[in-house]
Amino acid sequence: MQAALAALVTAFVYLLHQDFWFWRSARPLVFGFLPIGLFYHAAYTAGISVFMWFMVHRFWPAHLEESHGE
Amino acid sequence: MIPALVVFGYLAVVLGIGLFAGRGRGGDAEDYFLAGRTIGPVVFLLSLFGTNMTAFSILGASGHAFANGIVTYGLMASSSALIIPLGIFLIGTRLWALGKRHGFMTPVQMFRDRWECGHIGTVIFAVQAVLLIPYIVIAVMGGGTTLRAVSSGLVPYWLGGAVVSLVVMGYVFFGGMRGTAWVNTFQTVLFLSFGAIAVVVIARGMGGFSSAMEALLASPSTAPLLTRERVSPLYFLSYTFIPLSSLAFPHIGIFCLTAKKLSHFRKTVVLYPLCMLAIWLPSVFLGLVANKAVDLPAIRTKVEARATLATQGPTLSPERRAELRAASSGDDVILKLVEGYAPLWLASLLGAAVMAAVMASDSQILALSTMFTEDVFAFYGGAARFGPAVQVTTGRIFVIVLTVVAYAIAMSAPQSIFDIASQYAFAGYSALSPLLIAALFWQKSTKWGALAVALWTAAAVAGVAILQSVVPAPGPGLSVAVLSLGGVDVVSRIASGTTVLGLLPVVPMTLISALLMFVVSSLTPSSRPAPATLIRYNV
Repeated sequence: MQAALAALVTAFVYLLHQDFWFWRSARPLVFGFLPIGLFYHAAYTAGISVFMWFMVHRFWPAHLEESHGE
Repeated sequence: MIPALVVFGYLAVVLGIGLFAGRGRGGDAEDYFLAGRTIGPVVFLLSLFGTNMTAFSILGASGHAFANGIVTYGLMASSSALIIPLGIFLIGTRLWALGKRHGFMTPVQMFRDRWECGHIGTVIFAVQAVLLIPYIVIAVMGGGTTLRAVSSGLVPYWLGGAVVSLVVMGYVFFGGMRGTAWVNTFQTVLFLSFGAIAVVVIARGMGGFSSAMEALLASPSTAPLLTRERVSPLYFLSYTFIPLSSLAFPHIGIFCLTAKKLSHFRKTVVLYPLCMLAIWLPSVFLGLVANKAVDLPAIRTKVEARATLATQGPTLSPERRAELRAASSGDDVILKLVEGYAPLWLASLLGAAVMAAVMASDSQILALSTMFTEDVFAFYGGAARFGPAVQVTTGRIFVIVLTVVAYAIAMSAPQSIFDIASQYAFAGYSALSPLLIAALFWQKSTKWGALAVALWTAAAVAGVAILQSVVPAPGPGLSVAVLSLGGVDVVSRIASGTTVLGLLPVVPMTLISALLMFVVSSLTPSSRPAPATLIRYNV
């Protein structure tokens, strides 16, 4: 169940990378100079950090730590 | 001359770091090759990130964005920011635990133990080694080119390559993994500092970016650079297979074994995407905005060459197209922007940052040395016969031999050959990733499946490289069918490489590799390892 949830969340994050919705749009220029497609992927990269934080807190392989006395 | 002096100062600093890291250390192989598995959390994050950053991250990324626009970031940065930390989380942690438990120092040692094989491990070693060598050769070439450029030609190519080779060899030789990790940490701090500073200074020099962006949008030839309309979604998707290579790179796998505690992986996987953002966003954005910096003669020449290629490409001879392609190359646009808009101190800092990027071969050299001493020398009886001190000495001698051979090749071979080789080495390592996944997560995998993956990878990389050498690249936006079946173009040659059914070759290479692992392992159930072995891998 845990593995299925992790796989599902990961697949969702992976799909968000394929952002066909901004494919042909340059506007709006975020902050006046950043094309929306580039801003989306920059925000997506920051979002991955949150995703990895979630993965670490929810699915951390603690058994690997325990076997080494941490 | 001042930038050259700063670069030489930088080289002296990294050599000093390597010598300092190696002082007073014993002759223990684990200490030399893995820093005694004692790397702390900050060095682990920054060094692992620095190990994955090559000259491409600063120079190549901005050059690609100069020609292709914002799509560069989605193709290479955000996909890597997802796949690499996820791979470290799923695979790196398990490699670390198995390495700590069973004393492994290389991935091949684990494969040999996991699949109860000997010579098949040697085949995997050979494929990994051959795929790594082009990176080392290119680093020597990059060092020679960069030193020649920052010294305005005072330091010739051969001397620049020699100086960089000697410095890298010096700190790898004396510092081993500890020295390499410390130098990588220093280099990563330099990269991270440079990106933000360069954006601010160049923005001031150009009078702000808003007007540049509006001007790019107003021109039909540059407006598409601010969208992804020139790239198909399928092609975009296929780029997400490239970062799988970092899971299979031996220098990354070996580096995962150096962490003192498993908890060091926590911060690394969370912060890794932010490091990617800090380096790639400035690189890609500056590459894009360089299209508007036509007041700089060097950049205007590039833009004009590209326009000629786009309008007259099909009517030109292959030689003329190759000339124009070289003239329009944007790999040095950041250098040109800084030269044009930044003060001398920033140009000097940039020279050091570029040098840091092209010197990323240190990890590969150390990894090859570790692999040779562990997977070949020790495996075939050398360590048992001569002892651990000789093993470390062998590793150090291998570092020297490898550096000399790489230098000799770099001085005699054309760079284009190694550009192609390194381009497809990424795909090759992606195709090797099913080895790690099967070893760690699929108990029914066998050594014959592993052999099939290794042989297929070698054949596929060679095949694509030969195809690209034989069939010349067409002009931008054009496609030449190499193999068609039933009216469908299966294999095509395009300006930037090769496609298979519209996908990068890495996709079929990796999928066929995974399929071979499954099919061949299923056909050879009698070769499955003993239950006692499998229990050890139940992680």
